[in-house]
Amino acid sequence: MSEIPSELKYARTHEWARLEEDGTVTVGITDHAQDALGDVVFVEQPEVGAQVAAQEEAGVVESVKAASDIYAPVGGKVIAVNDTLEDAPENVNEDPYGDGWFFKIEPDDTAELDELMDAEGYGEMLESEEH
Amino acid sequence: MTDAPLRRTPLYPAHVDAGAKLVDFAGWEMPLNYGSQMVEHRAVREHAGMFDVSHMTVIDVTDGAGGGEALALLRRLLANDVAKLGAPGQALYGVMLNDEAGIVDDLIVYRRDAGYRAVVNAATRDKVLAWLADRNDEGARIEERDLAMVAVQGPAAIELFETASGWTDVTGIAPFSMREQDGWMVGRTGYTGEDGVEVVLPGDAALALWGQLADAGVRPAGLAARDTLRLEAGLNLYGQDMDETTSPLVSNLAWTVAWEPEARDFIGRAALARERAAGPASKLTGLVMEEKGVLRHGQRVVTESGEGEITSGIFSPTLGYSIALARLPRAAKGACEVDVRGRLKPARIVRPPFVRKGSKVFD
Repeated sequence: MSEIPSELKYARTHEWARLEEDGTVTVGITDHAQDALGDVVFVEQPEVGAQVAAQEEAGVVESVKAASDIYAPVGGKVIAVNDTLEDAPENVNEDPYGDGWFFKIEPDDTAELDELMDAEGYGEMLESEEH
Repeated sequence: MTDAPLRRTPLYPAHVDAGAKLVDFAGWEMPLNYGSQMVEHRAVREHAGMFDVSHMTVIDVTDGAGGGEALALLRRLLANDVAKLGAPGQALYGVMLNDEAGIVDDLIVYRRDAGYRAVVNAATRDKVLAWLADRNDEGARIEERDLAMVAVQGPAAIELFETASGWTDVTGIAPFSMREQDGWMVGRTGYTGEDGVEVVLPGDAALALWGQLADAGVRPAGLAARDTLRLEAGLNLYGQDMDETTSPLVSNLAWTVAWEPEARDFIGRAALARERAAGPASKLTGLVMEEKGVLRHGQRVVTESGEGEITSGIFSPTLGYSIALARLPRAAKGACEVDVRGRLKPARIVRPPFVRKGSKVFD
């Protein structure tokens, strides 16, 4: 069973979002997603300063096995990307909720976070996908 | 796909114990990886890894009532000539063709003391068994064997196989030949570009061997690592790099076609001879892309001689960038571009293999 931290919000497309104290939102992919992808070898990040809409393509993660789009869970401006993934893409596999984060967004409307699933809802979605 | 329950190999309990991620492969529940395919890939390149390949189909072909039927049948079915196997223990790689010279399957044929043993793909099992039965005018005996198969591959593979199994002088088995003893067949073959053996043996013996190999330090490796290893080694995968619509001449397998003796009328020969005379339209060759990104099956390739398509693409763990097999216009060479998710990226056409015995081998 994959790890689903209770304090995060989740998108149907397997991104997680964390509202930070400064009002920004950190985004990554879930433990389930990294496990399904297998060894990650490249991450294509959005440009810092780019404007993204919720559920819009913001990046790409490529594993040995497959390429997968990363969607922005909330709309806003990209204010930072995790440059360490350039040289250490394996962080996505090893620490998906920590060192493996992708980018930070300054959200246009934090209410969009409420449209995401909580840990319980995401867990149920994974379970229903398995059956 | 059918809803039939997945088949399990005798090594299934060992895979579960090792925490394998199991997937449906051609109707078999097989290990995709045991955690990280990169780690497993490196283990095979640098030390030794083992693969459960028991899902592959083992078919023994022996003579019928009169004698000579097995050889006669195989000489008609394979584009390579099984008569080249001068003595028991020798093996040969080849393809079976349909009347249009499309590839029905690729296989290894081993000559035994009595008759021959063919190892064919798992995904083509039903088709190949029917193909053999329907064309057996000679009256050879064709028998599928319920045997397990373990591949041990890597620079330390043979030494560790000897430690684990008690077999001796395994290096005395010449590359691409085999030795049979006590119900085991040990072939000096593989699908990784490394030295090693493929062992065909009864299921219970396979489970014991697997445990002894693990104790000796051989790392279990799954289908995912098997795919990156075979592609680095420039080896085709049936159903992906070649199928019933492609001939050996456009699948980098012209070397497996035995045109001599001219009188040998193997199935597909006439169509293949016409294709050779006209000049094949395309070729299967290699691509490397040192830019960020991964080449994938189905991507469009743009060359100065026209367009082609990637048949297999991966990130190469050994090289640190992406490589692929691609079917391209025959004249294509040098620089090209690949449509990676809507963007044309520069790549280079090279002659496979990419990696042999742990090192880069293309120019």
